[in-house]
Amino acid sequence: MDILTLFIVVPVLTVIALLFANKLEKARLIALGGMLVQLVMSVNLIIKYMNAREAGDHSIMLFQRNIPWFSEFNAHYHIGVDGVSVLMILLTTLIVIAGIFVSWKIDYMPKEFFISLIVLASGVYGFFISLDLFLMFVFYEIAVIPMYLLIGIWGSGPREYAAMKLTLMLMGASALLLVALLGIYFYSGTNGMTPTFDLLELANRKMDFAAQKIFFPLAFIGFGTIGALFPFHTWSPDGHASAPTAVSMLHAGVLMKLGGYGIFRFIMFLMPEGALFWQDFFLILAVTGVTYGALAAIQQTDLKYINAYSSVSHLGLVLFALLMINKTAWNGAMLQSLSHGFITALFFALIGMIYGRTHVRDITKMKGMMRIVPLLGVGYVIAALANLGLPGFSGFVAEMNVFVGGFLNHDLYKQALTVLAVTSIVVTAVYMLRLTGRMLFGPTTKVYTNLPHAFWYEKTAIAILVIFITLIGTLPFWWLQFIQESVNNFIKPLVH
Amino acid sequence: MNIDSLLLMRDEIFLTTILLLMLLAEVIIPSKNKKSLINIGLLLFLAYTVYSFFPQETGNLFGSSYKTYPLAHFFKAVLAVGVMAILLQSVEWIKEKLLPYDFTAEFFILIFSSLLGLNFMISSGNFLMFYLGLELSTMPIIALTVFEFFNHRSVEAGVKYIMLASVSSAILLFGVSLIYATAGSINFDVISQSMHLPLLEIIGLVMIFIGIAFKISLVPFHFWAADVYEGAPTVISNYLSVISKGGAVYVLMTLLFVTFTAFQKEWDWIMYGISILTMFIGNLFALRQKNMKRFLAFSSIAQAGFILLAMLSHNELGVKAIVYFLLIYIFSNVAAFGVVHIISLKAGTENMDDYNGLYQTNPKLSLALMIALFSLAGIPPVAGFFGKFFLYSAAASKGYYLLVFIAVVNVTISLYYYLLPVRSAFLRRSENPIPYIKTDIYSKISFVFIMIGLLVLGLYSGVFEYISQISNIF
Repeated sequence: MDILTLFIVVPVLTVIALLFANKLEKARLIALGGMLVQLVMSVNLIIKYMNAREAGDHSIMLFQRNIPWFSEFNAHYHIGVDGVSVLMILLTTLIVIAGIFVSWKIDYMPKEFFISLIVLASGVYGFFISLDLFLMFVFYEIAVIPMYLLIGIWGSGPREYAAMKLTLMLMGASALLLVALLGIYFYSGTNGMTPTFDLLELANRKMDFAAQKIFFPLAFIGFGTIGALFPFHTWSPDGHASAPTAVSMLHAGVLMKLGGYGIFRFIMFLMPEGALFWQDFFLILAVTGVTYGALAAIQQTDLKYINAYSSVSHLGLVLFALLMINKTAWNGAMLQSLSHGFITALFFALIGMIYGRTHVRDITKMKGMMRIVPLLGVGYVIAALANLGLPGFSGFVAEMNVFVGGFLNHDLYKQALTVLAVTSIVVTAVYMLRLTGRMLFGPTTKVYTNLPHAFWYEKTAIAILVIFITLIGTLPFWWLQFIQESVNNFIKPLVH
Repeated sequence: MNIDSLLLMRDEIFLTTILLLMLLAEVIIPSKNKKSLINIGLLLFLAYTVYSFFPQETGNLFGSSYKTYPLAHFFKAVLAVGVMAILLQSVEWIKEKLLPYDFTAEFFILIFSSLLGLNFMISSGNFLMFYLGLELSTMPIIALTVFEFFNHRSVEAGVKYIMLASVSSAILLFGVSLIYATAGSINFDVISQSMHLPLLEIIGLVMIFIGIAFKISLVPFHFWAADVYEGAPTVISNYLSVISKGGAVYVLMTLLFVTFTAFQKEWDWIMYGISILTMFIGNLFALRQKNMKRFLAFSSIAQAGFILLAMLSHNELGVKAIVYFLLIYIFSNVAAFGVVHIISLKAGTENMDDYNGLYQTNPKLSLALMIALFSLAGIPPVAGFFGKFFLYSAAASKGYYLLVFIAVVNVTISLYYYLLPVRSAFLRRSENPIPYIKTDIYSKISFVFIMIGLLVLGLYSGVFEYISQISNIF
């Protein structure tokens, strides 16, 4: 069994093992065990990847495996990784583990919860290693559908409504993506060649420009919806607010990155002329998302909604950077995907921990929590500072690349939009500092003086996420090396 | 004509034989052992199902009125598997509702007759055999629709069905006669050569299409479906929605792709419009249904609209897509109706609101329902996704991207209502959910087989590869 297929096999085996776990204790241990194996595999993959690159292997994708699947459609089980994929796999594993720790005490149907969570994770892993459009689409939908159960059964608030809205919007977007994929497939069959779904093969064929003009927006909206493209982001605030903590972490931290990754890996690579044609239009939507998301977050008083809109804003930056189409901006986009994944997961984890204690998510109702739960308070401060881009944490490096990349474009339109997007940093600072200031400091609300301190599993989750936020922030070059070589390969059709 | 050539018909001969054996068993077996008729019927049909998978040569019989070729043979085997699954699920119902009235053997005989009619229809080489098969498949089902004669809904469903089926059948026959008037023959091959496009032929084709569209429940010939599915015994609704519909779709495909290819251009825009209408009407009406059988009826109507997508392709890809989709659709719908049937029989309810909290008491049944509905909605990794994907591909291969776009919009709408029973069963909790239902061994076998099928048929490409090899019917 090759190294990459194991990333799908291990979660499947974990799910099968979970079928026999009837109690919470067994279920969480099996889930954690499976994902720890996955973590070892992720680190091993990075090491092997670095060794392969140092040994001089410069192929665009490493550890490839290609087995014909539906040969009628030229759809293969074609998998492989490059720098960005490897980092994304690591991100997924870490967030799933943090999510399992955060859900250590889940009491309602624990077995089914962990099964759904790991099925979702396996869909995500499959997506990150796919090199065939058909295979990618199958995994993409597998990654979306467990959300309905996860939010609907274990969520809070208007969970049925939120779950249905999220599922319908995301599946609707993937339906648009499907039309675009079929377009790409059939148009690759012009000039008497066999049509194919294979990414690397498609890269060698030029798609008719008139077709690109039609299918690029469909695909961009398809992937953009899960990447919180304005105005298709509306599933996100309600979805995150109603979801249980681990699900919010996984969704905002990993799932929403599928959008940016999909655009980077598949859409812009295969339809470069279409991307350049639609660039200006979608930039408006992206910048609107960035600024609107930030402004909307100021108005919220519910912790989860603040973070949800913050995610919309920061993910808007990913799309914004991707649309700027230059190397620096793309480095920034991928780094922002990685960085924001950790930051938002940390945030949602902390929100869950506070909510589990006070059963309140409203920041006007809590004050002075720093005295009560100091570790969580420190976590909040770190998360807030990282989110607003304090140097030393990952947010700064990512946003730096994004904005410099945006400004590198010589036309006034793009530079103006970059300036507009930069203002979101100030707005982010406003709502982040307001949140921490109001909630953590000041006189303590009487009702909450007897809350328990952080438990060991909560500390572990926070520690994992903070460590990586800091690592990316203080050693950005190590992380950027993976991203840069990948960006260099995939930006070639767009920048001659 | 010698015995070897007659063996080309061996599936039908075998089916007729077991039908007669069933009659014999009815007569021979004393009244106190009538229950054994169920096992006899099941065993006989299992033998037929297995037998229908043995390979058979291509050939014509009776002056080309009976044709057999690999795709038809495979499809007959698929229908047999579907009927086997339905029969397994119907055992409890037979024991409870039919055995007291001594209708057991009649049930099996009528179902076998209907399947025999479908077999003849699929293998028809001229319109006479086609019509014979059509009528032979419809009449027994009409009788079966009223089998729960003590329930007035059932009788109402039967009366509605016979009225509409007769009218549509008559229209079809008139269309056939018009085609004969213009082409001079009722043989499919001769007709396909002598198409000239005068108005009379097109009218004839429209009328034939109306007759078949009734059976497939395409809009605007779908009005019977909801009431008949709701009133008929669930087992028969099950049969109607998959086997009867599947056979009719196959026949429509061969008629359009082989016999009436000359009319391709005229036909395409009609099919285009009907496909869109059917998808939308099926989906929009399904949104509001609370009765599970009506719900599945409208869902079947919408699925028929999706099949028409591939009918537009007129190429081999369309044939593969349609046959593969029908295979998967049979599995999905038999499972969905099966769950509804068990709950209706044991808990006495067909209302979606009563399904609230089903997972608390019947986890495996809920899971089966969820997988079946996901397959119908077209969600990977369940097989339904692959079926739908290939249908879209068939349409896209001829450049109908707008239609594919409309289809995927409809799939999203359908996802909403397919999630409604899942919502009831999993998301909602109830103080008095449906109590634990102990499914009998026959139903268990049927469900396990279907669930495995739904997971394997999609992920394992071998089945599709096999269908691809035999799909050249032009």
